[in-house]
Amino acid sequence: MPSFADGAVTHRDFLRSAFQSMLRARILENKLSSLYKAGKIVGGVYLGRGQEAVSATLGTALIQGQDVFAPLIRDQAGRTAFGESLLDCTRTYLGSLQGPMRGRDGNIHRGRPAEGIPAMISHLGSQVSVVAGMLFARRLQGKLDGCVGATCIGDGASSTGAFHEGINLAAVEKLPLVLVIGNNQFAYSTPNRRQFACADLVERARGYGIEGFAVDGTDLLACASVITEAIRRARAGHGPQMIVARLLRLSGHGEHDDAFYVPQNIRNDHYGRDCMEVATRQLVEHQMVTSEEIHAWNDQFADEVQRAVAQAQQEAPPDPYHEDWTALSTRFPLPLRTSSPSTVRQPAAQPVCS
Amino acid sequence: MSVTYIDAIREAQETLLRDDPRVFLYGQDIATFGGAFKATKGLAELFPGRVFDSPISEDAMIGLAVGAAIEGLRPIVEMQFADFSSIAFNQIVNQAATHFYRTGIPIPITVRLPSGGTVGSGPFHSQSMEGIYAQYPGLVVLTPATVSDAYHMLIDAVALDDPVIFCEHKFLYRWLKAKSINGDLLPIGQARIIRPGKHATVVAYSAMVHEAVRAADHLQHDGWEIEVVDLRSVKPLDINTVLASVARTGRLLAVGEAFPWGGVTAEVVSRVTEEGFHLLDAPPQRLNARDTPVPYHPKLWAAHRPTPESICQALRKLLAF
Repeated sequence: MPSFADGAVTHRDFLRSAFQSMLRARILENKLSSLYKAGKIVGGVYLGRGQEAVSATLGTALIQGQDVFAPLIRDQAGRTAFGESLLDCTRTYLGSLQGPMRGRDGNIHRGRPAEGIPAMISHLGSQVSVVAGMLFARRLQGKLDGCVGATCIGDGASSTGAFHEGINLAAVEKLPLVLVIGNNQFAYSTPNRRQFACADLVERARGYGIEGFAVDGTDLLACASVITEAIRRARAGHGPQMIVARLLRLSGHGEHDDAFYVPQNIRNDHYGRDCMEVATRQLVEHQMVTSEEIHAWNDQFADEVQRAVAQAQQEAPPDPYHEDWTALSTRFPLPLRTSSPSTVRQPAAQPVCS
Repeated sequence: MSVTYIDAIREAQETLLRDDPRVFLYGQDIATFGGAFKATKGLAELFPGRVFDSPISEDAMIGLAVGAAIEGLRPIVEMQFADFSSIAFNQIVNQAATHFYRTGIPIPITVRLPSGGTVGSGPFHSQSMEGIYAQYPGLVVLTPATVSDAYHMLIDAVALDDPVIFCEHKFLYRWLKAKSINGDLLPIGQARIIRPGKHATVVAYSAMVHEAVRAADHLQHDGWEIEVVDLRSVKPLDINTVLASVARTGRLLAVGEAFPWGGVTAEVVSRVTEEGFHLLDAPPQRLNARDTPVPYHPKLWAAHRPTPESICQALRKLLAF
């Protein structure tokens, strides 16, 4: 997909593309929720409902095949925007052997690391340093120019040591890392006031010596403006960028959770609004899309989702009798050697350590 | 002219940096300073842009290495002390170790752990972590006991496509010397019979190999011929070499410097009991450190870990059964 960032598409094209990814993700996730409630998905289903504007903007602004995108739990929209197929999602949730995780891992724990999409682990904050490492490696190989690496985390993950270590390391190395914190006000059930004591998480950027942006995460136009600017600055060599998007998670932590702990007044306030509705209104008002187009997209994406689900459901699950039960790529025992490896040479005549 | 164990480790890293452009070194105080133990002395000057000081962020150090490995590089990460790798535990066992199984993309990182006790090092600079890491699928755990192995196994570790926990013993760093790094070229995963015998088998690894050989030398005065097996690699574990030795001797003592609950010696005894029960003429024995933190005072420390004396005592008991 051509990217806004490379100048090939206009602001209008960018917003239409981001909006389509939001809509695709919303329709896909509604389907996943139904499948979960019907007992067709084991483990859990974790939605990005309410966070699509932030995630889709990020995924749309990144350049597939060039940038790194390490999505987290609520980034279906960003994954879709970055080019992940719907089948990667449905195959992973439904445990198809043909999915990228082959039934070995499920739900949002999926990726294609060789294509710039690391597969998240559950331990929050852990992906920050991994993305930093990918960028660091590209710098060593002379391939970093023009690349950025982005990862998303939540307000809860901002309390981890891994978050701190990772962002500090990226700052020390001045890597083009874009860190998007979706502050959805609740980490599982824990509210912001039990998570951190600063007025706004974006204040932390200053402490790390990096550039920070705050944005209304329910506002697609604001997200597009702020996130593309942050990515532009990272790409231009300004070092790590932190974006704190304020919003509200419009679901439970997972579909097993009814989020009873989110008070009504928070649901009713500004950030409790649905970014899909806001985006629809914005784009229609600015004559970037028509209601007819949205209806057509709804039908088209629902059909795409249905086909992706049906295909994954028809595919073979992993077979424990044919599973390759090894966690190593090396196959031991290794053959015995008869000659010296080529790398061997005599050490320096004098011990180098005194 | 002699080569110490730490010379071998430094030399291996120089060889790797020279021969493989994918290799870089990352760790605390390893560039200008040359590392807390000088295992990277001079390498930052020899290889500009290949040896990096890291922040004191063990978690992020391994995360960075994993990311670099995804991009096709072969990082060697130095933990300043094995003990501090507990901060990186999550990235090692959950990120690096699961990656190949989950995604099919291997993570060829080598994590160097300066391990084991030395005089006065106390609870937080003396630990032996091999058993902890060996418990997790997806890791190779190496414990070289000789100068030659320190060199060749580090070269081999970086060549492996899997994450390797390379446990180098701090006591051996300068104490252990050899005429050269030449060795027998055993591949990783193959144990070595370092001293042949026929009355009992001692299975050991890392610094305990040398303590076991001393104990065996001592018992030789009384006519006992003790076979000592150096595991070299605790994961994979070369149980066949151990079983073959036990088949000859009928008696087994497994010696390790780590804490006694579970771990490598428990695994060795368990596997021999399971697969070679019929070979045993006496109950297999284990000798480990005591079940307390590693103490500071030399007198306490010397009584905390296995010594030639305590190994002799355990062997006499085993031989008398």
